[in-house]
Amino acid sequence: MREDFAANLVSGLLEARTGQQLTRDRHWRIETALAGLMREQGIENADQLARRLLQPGQEALAEAVVEALLNNETYFFRDRPLFDQLSQKILPALAARRGDTRRLAIWSAGCSTGQEALSLAMIFAEQRMRWAGWTIEIVATDVSRSAIASARKGAYSQFQVQRGLGVQQMLTCFEEAREGWRVDPALHRAVRFEVHNVLDPAPRPGRFDLVLCRNVLLYFDSTTRGRALDRIGDALADDGFLMLGGGESPAAHSNRFVTCRANTNFFQHAPSRAATAPGKDSIPIRPSLSANSLKSNLSTFR
Amino acid sequence: MKTCLIVDDSRVIRKVSRHMVEAIGLAVEEAANGQEALDACAQAMPDVILLDWNMPVMSGIEFITRLRASPGGEAPKVVFCTTENDAAHIREAVQAGANEYVMKPFDHETLQIKLQLVGAA
Repeated sequence: MREDFAANLVSGLLEARTGQQLTRDRHWRIETALAGLMREQGIENADQLARRLLQPGQEALAEAVVEALLNNETYFFRDRPLFDQLSQKILPALAARRGDTRRLAIWSAGCSTGQEALSLAMIFAEQRMRWAGWTIEIVATDVSRSAIASARKGAYSQFQVQRGLGVQQMLTCFEEAREGWRVDPALHRAVRFEVHNVLDPAPRPGRFDLVLCRNVLLYFDSTTRGRALDRIGDALADDGFLMLGGGESPAAHSNRFVTCRANTNFFQHAPSRAATAPGKDSIPIRPSLSANSLKSNLSTFR
Repeated sequence: MKTCLIVDDSRVIRKVSRHMVEAIGLAVEEAANGQEALDACAQAMPDVILLDWNMPVMSGIEFITRLRASPGGEAPKVVFCTTENDAAHIREAVQAGANEYVMKPFDHETLQIKLQLVGAA
């Protein structure tokens, strides 16, 4: 059995389970990512790994392989200028639009070990007076079971806790504990963590005012990025906002979104959204935005 | 160009930190203990100081206490970079006038974000 067969088998397994692609030029990652697992399992090389995976009853190994291949890189307030825009422009715009219900639903799609969602929770906590009386629902999902298990624990290593956080934020929001730095229980309770693939129908409540999906789409091929964007589009409120990662754009993969303003990473539904047919599992779409409401949406950044 | 004074008794740590700080775009000076750092500050006050805790001659905490009490000593942003990684030490540093705190070991990104947070990068 040749090594490229093993690499194809492993990358095929990853794609089948998650939709994520490990293209041939990134096959080098396999050896690095799986080194620890293979050592732990007494597997000497890729050929042995492939043979084990092809045997019946190897579900646990297959899942461990997929978990090891997922990239869980994240940190608090990653791309802080984007969080500043979120805090200073997007959230005030949403507050104005939801003044009647005083409810916001936010989805952190591809949350990894939870730092992005907890950063959001920290923003709301820091603006406590402004959001008094509001119901803020933050749902954070990731396809990685181990990342979500870690997020649910709410404990971060010394290395993790200081990445992106100022010392005052760290001292305010975390407490030193035996297992590392434990996030404040109230902040932790503000976020619901779930195992979920962004290619599946959106998690509860199914309709979100703000969706963050950062540094996730890059792991999909173009067609799959379009599928992911369709899922997000189905779940995003008519006047909601989508936040992508630095340098990411839906333009080449979906025509459902328009940028809020050039050079930002915030997007909204394109005006022609009503013409887009809902997918098989999509959530029913409310009537499209009026020209006036779109103008009001886009003016948020002006 | 903004200036950074790296205060650490380990030449290796100073060298590694210098490499990171220069890559971020600051000019670097070095001091091996708190007294050398005070002397350097008396000559020219840097924009930011990366400060170790445990050093011979004068510790980091004694240095920052004296710095903050000296004329113009409130200006530099002080970022502790230390292996003293428990909450009590961090609180003590902040009370003494530290603006940020980096727990060793750290990477380039962590340091860069800390320097951005204090307005030095």
